[in-house]
Amino acid sequence: MPKVNGTIIEVAGLTKRYGEVLAVDDISFDVGRGELFGFLGPNGAGKTTTINVLTGLARPDSGTIRIGGIECTHNPKAGQHLVGTVPDESNLYPELTGYENLCFCAALHGIRKNERRRRARELLATFGLTDAGDRSFEGYSKGMKRKLTFAAGIIHQPPILFLDEPTTGIDVASARQVRQIIAQLHRQGTTIFFTTHYIEEAERLCERIAFIVNGRIVRTECTTDLLQPIQGKNVLVLSVSGSGANLSEEMNAAFPGHKSQSTSPGQLRIESTEPINIAPLIRFLDERDVQVTEARRHLPSLEDIFVQVTGIDAELMRKEREKAGGRGANQ
Amino acid sequence: MNRWIAFWSIFLKDVRTYYLKPPNISWGIIFPLAWTGMFFIRAGRGLDSIPDLLPGVMTISILFGTTSVLAVTITFEKRQRSFDRLLLAPIPLDLLMLAKTSGAILFGIVNAFVPLLIASFLIDLSGVAWSLVIPAVVLISVVSTFLGLFIAVSVSQVFEAQTFSNFFRFPMIFLCGLFIPIMSLPVFVRPLSYALPVTYGVDILHGAVRGGNVMSYTTDFLILGAFCIGLFLLSLHNVRRKWIS
Repeated sequence: MPKVNGTIIEVAGLTKRYGEVLAVDDISFDVGRGELFGFLGPNGAGKTTTINVLTGLARPDSGTIRIGGIECTHNPKAGQHLVGTVPDESNLYPELTGYENLCFCAALHGIRKNERRRRARELLATFGLTDAGDRSFEGYSKGMKRKLTFAAGIIHQPPILFLDEPTTGIDVASARQVRQIIAQLHRQGTTIFFTTHYIEEAERLCERIAFIVNGRIVRTECTTDLLQPIQGKNVLVLSVSGSGANLSEEMNAAFPGHKSQSTSPGQLRIESTEPINIAPLIRFLDERDVQVTEARRHLPSLEDIFVQVTGIDAELMRKEREKAGGRGANQ
Repeated sequence: MNRWIAFWSIFLKDVRTYYLKPPNISWGIIFPLAWTGMFFIRAGRGLDSIPDLLPGVMTISILFGTTSVLAVTITFEKRQRSFDRLLLAPIPLDLLMLAKTSGAILFGIVNAFVPLLIASFLIDLSGVAWSLVIPAVVLISVVSTFLGLFIAVSVSQVFEAQTFSNFFRFPMIFLCGLFIPIMSLPVFVRPLSYALPVTYGVDILHGAVRGGNVMSYTTDFLILGAFCIGLFLLSLHNVRRKWIS
């Protein structure tokens, strides 16, 4: 369970404004020691700004931040020794090799030469980059760059890790590998603050999730608690012709155990705690001259909760991530 | 944690990545040579003109060597966000910026000794007050580097850094007494000369090489030192205000 070992990140009333834009609006949350905490929201919701403020790359306008019990609001440097950061874009040195980049990042945290060389070799092996270790970073593929950036963020073995959309824009295999490493770090006790706009990824990895929209946290809860209302629920989505979608009320009366609703023109969504028998439904609609062109069983997920809580179309987020070039998180 | 490991690594990386690159090495040699040759021919007094020209050529070598690389590299690193990695490191900002500028300071000092080395083959330098030349070269290099730093943190694009650098550098060649004595300049221009840090460094070098300083060495060193501290603090302020905003 989260927070059993105390709180390691405490944020209260955090606000950050860029000119006219209110990027983060009075957010408060705690992250427990060893917890994997997800920050889920669409692009521009305030996820990266929150990470920038927490890590010391941006200054808050108001609010308080404590990292590892250290007051960092006005002195972000005080907590930086506890923190590792994997930014949303690879930011290593293009002219250095992968190995040199890792050694340099370790040195920034005061790690001595022999130790940083050992860790750099180890991490190159962990991320499957041993053969590319002597190549300059600028020649790496996007996936390799992401992986090396991840490795650079953990080379000093920080107790707290900030991950800003670590799987965005990388191939399926690399995304899977990154997720496995996140899970492994979590098992080893690292506290992970993880931002993503991949709902499935958050559901799969995070113990607790905060939904952030337009700079505001709209809900924070354990993933299991979030999923509770939809567990054991059966959902059937029917694509229908004509005025079929308007028949939801009539269907609710005819099938008392089911809850029908029209989700979009030409679509009926039927929910039930019991298994849904499709034949009587099709017969019912057929008798009213409504043709069923498709019937799909829908597995309820965190996406349904996200849509319900935020009012944001999950399809819109899917399009955003496709625009960002990433499909990896789904696989 | 050992902050000096971070300091040393940043310094070494910059020296290796930026300052030991062939274009910079050739810049460090060709540029002072070209300026020395140009003023040597222009003076038309043969080898006698070298002591007059040497302080100016040394200063110009430092000024262009330090500002050219630093202003561009810092702006470039900020643009490609690798500078953020440094800002995330648990080392104080002042130490970080000192590490970032140490390579440029060293590069400037080395640049200054190129014309000096050439001059040593042509004239007798036994009369030179080395106890003044060395601290003056170091301070001119520091103040030029911090000027480059100030420029780098005041702009956001690499081309802006280059333009802004030239806005300072070229007037300094004529206003700071490098080759034209300040007293020969029009009266209304002279206050501008005294507002520029290089003026005080050149004055020390003129005094050390041929005994022709205008102000006292104490005044020169104090003002040069004050410029170093002022420019560094101003740059730190700008980094905090603009890059950690």
